[in-house]
Amino acid sequence: MFSCRDFVFVGAAALAICAASAQAASDLPDFAGIGRPATPKEVAAWDIDVRPDFKGLPVGSGSVARGQTVWEDKCASCHGVFGDSNEVFNPVVGGTTKDDLNTGHVARLDDRGYPGRTTLMKVSTVSTLWDYINRAMPWTQPKSLTVEEVYGVTAYLLNLGGVVPDDFVLSNGNMAEVQKRVPNRNGMTTQHALWPGKELGGAARPDLQGSRCMTNCAAQPRVASMLPDFARNAHGNLAEQNRLVGAQRGANTAGTAPTAAAEPAAVKPAAVSAIALLQQHSCTACHGIDSQIVGPSFKAVSDKYAGQGDALVYLSGKIRTGGSGVWGAIPMPAQNLPEADLKAIAQWIAGRWAN
Amino acid sequence: MKAPENFLAHDDVRTVWAEARDGRRDFLRQAFASAAACLAVPAVLAQGLAVPGEGDPNILQLPAHSTGLGQGVATEGYGKPSRYEANVQRRQSPGLTQTRQASVSFAPLQSLFGIVTPSGLHFERHHQGWWDVDPTTHRLMVNGSDPAIVKTPKVFTMDDIMRLPSVSRFHFIECGANTGMEWGNVAVPTCQYTHGMLSCSEFTGVPLRTLLDFCGADWKRGRFVLAEGADGSSMTRTIPISLIESGEVLVAYGQNGEMLRPEHGYPLRLVVPGVQGVSWVKYLRRIELGDQPYGTKDETIHYVDLLPGGQHRQYSSTQEVKSVVTTPSGGQVLLEKGFHNISGLAWSGRGKIRRVDVSVDGGRNWREARLESPVLSKCLTRFNLDWVWKGDAALVQSRATDDTGQVQATYGQMRAVRGTRSIYHNNSIQTWWVQESGEVCNVQLS
Repeated sequence: MFSCRDFVFVGAAALAICAASAQAASDLPDFAGIGRPATPKEVAAWDIDVRPDFKGLPVGSGSVARGQTVWEDKCASCHGVFGDSNEVFNPVVGGTTKDDLNTGHVARLDDRGYPGRTTLMKVSTVSTLWDYINRAMPWTQPKSLTVEEVYGVTAYLLNLGGVVPDDFVLSNGNMAEVQKRVPNRNGMTTQHALWPGKELGGAARPDLQGSRCMTNCAAQPRVASMLPDFARNAHGNLAEQNRLVGAQRGANTAGTAPTAAAEPAAVKPAAVSAIALLQQHSCTACHGIDSQIVGPSFKAVSDKYAGQGDALVYLSGKIRTGGSGVWGAIPMPAQNLPEADLKAIAQWIAGRWAN
Repeated sequence: MKAPENFLAHDDVRTVWAEARDGRRDFLRQAFASAAACLAVPAVLAQGLAVPGEGDPNILQLPAHSTGLGQGVATEGYGKPSRYEANVQRRQSPGLTQTRQASVSFAPLQSLFGIVTPSGLHFERHHQGWWDVDPTTHRLMVNGSDPAIVKTPKVFTMDDIMRLPSVSRFHFIECGANTGMEWGNVAVPTCQYTHGMLSCSEFTGVPLRTLLDFCGADWKRGRFVLAEGADGSSMTRTIPISLIESGEVLVAYGQNGEMLRPEHGYPLRLVVPGVQGVSWVKYLRRIELGDQPYGTKDETIHYVDLLPGGQHRQYSSTQEVKSVVTTPSGGQVLLEKGFHNISGLAWSGRGKIRRVDVSVDGGRNWREARLESPVLSKCLTRFNLDWVWKGDAALVQSRATDDTGQVQATYGQMRAVRGTRSIYHNNSIQTWWVQESGEVCNVQLS
């Protein structure tokens, strides 16, 4: 790389050019021995992003039907069979209408009686769906879907939103056409001052400016909003969330008065319990300890299998490969977790419930 | 993802739906007016000013630590806070998320001093769980959206990056959804939950401009930069080129004198001063220079600001001027009448804090607070103000002004422009109601 210094003796014209480009290019020292060129294969392995102009979109296709199969196998456990579940994540599908397909504005975004905002209500670029499913889904096994599966799942979601018909095959060839039917494609604006730079148009001045008034400013203030009484303890006992010394203590929101001189509870050792493993591996997203969420409670599974001689092997296998039909129609996807953790969890369910 | 982009728990959603059907859309406000959580008489006492008998037994009877042998060096290879500080923890907001891998924990601002957040108390935001990545296998790739835009795409090891000339700078990081739960009404009790998606550290790393120059960037064509993480979510965001060209954006490995913590992207993250935390991509694996914005999930489906009328603001990045009083603050109880030091934090994503004004009467009258040094660009600034509390109810507020001249607005001013459903970029003036009892509550004024 040349530096502006090299041009110092060349002439005024060159200096002017340098001054214009010096904004970004800086004088670099000789970084000999640092870094190396990336191989084409390395770039291909990591450069997976797909832009709104479809740069980066791989050649391929996938049908709504194929997407539905993948969805029910790998996505429905969190998002629901029809993408409208609110149990683990916000709904992906819902809230869009036929009329939105024409206007490119999702009308319900302006309806205060419709508090939910689904993915399909917000997304303005179909590339975003493809890119995100490809890079980050399924939740516990990101980047495991084939190109055909990503096209298929994207097509299935669009189909659930009424954007494409049941027999549609989404491909790199027709993504641009589909973009013209995305319900909220006209729903974004960059006319604001929250992007530092001029690349997106934007606005020069912030839309908000407070008052500099120092005396006799506002009208008599009235408390318009505060926490309702039933929420007093919703965030736990605030006395335990403040330091033991200082100008103030935390308010006791638990009902029993703390004494100022009380010692804090001893810090618990960070034991890796089965429950910690369940949380670490997101098991608790779908299974409650003793309540059913998407799948059965651990208590229910334990009650069913604890006495069974091969419970440990059976449960390990179920966790590893997933399954469906035992507890209902929603399948549990295969879980990819370290063998030791898997065993510890299975053991806990199978025989050590009392602990 | 569920949180913190969407703050209604599903039970609340059902309630809202039911109420909306009944045509009682302002039921939340009515509910809040009917009963308040903040009126209970506190039962907390100070350590005692009255001297019993001949004097304080803590003085008259020597304690064990004055009359015995203490512990030796290196009892802890990595020291920990006192056991008496166990209450000072980062915490989740109950019901905010269904899974801890796509969730947030809030920094205990009410218990922190100065401007630096201890790394172990730094707020967390994960999109698909955190990892402790082996630094010897971690790689950073720099490439272009087409072969001409970056002359030589390169791969760097951590050894490479740590050999390059480094800079160390103090900056705040704030989630775009910080204070997002409070857009419509008061929702949480303490400043940990209202403002705790905020932290400040000294970061050490290499200006991204250096790496892009080194790879032969075409700055004329390349006007957008994609940053990409190596974790499951492979978080991607479009990074403003102006902040890269100014040398502010860092590829950072250091935080508060040590390496980044795993929860914060060990061994490498992007530092984008003044911009919301989601752009500070953790486990940074790739930088792409391109000629178009990227429209990633977290700038198309989340981190878009809903305006009245149904349009979303896209690529809203800057965290605007904001402040909060951290003591006294919600959920605390003042122990005594008399002198109190009102203390808080102010910050702006556009530059330095110029001044902070404090009101104890709900915004009718203001006094200028002292700004404590250092006052740095895109960094937390600590402010303090002397106050004698006479035992009357007080409505404590702070209002910051940055060096661009922007003044922090009230909720009324903000809602008039941006409505109540944006989720992101709530930088309104916070009000704490100090009651006669000494208990402090989070309130919003009309």
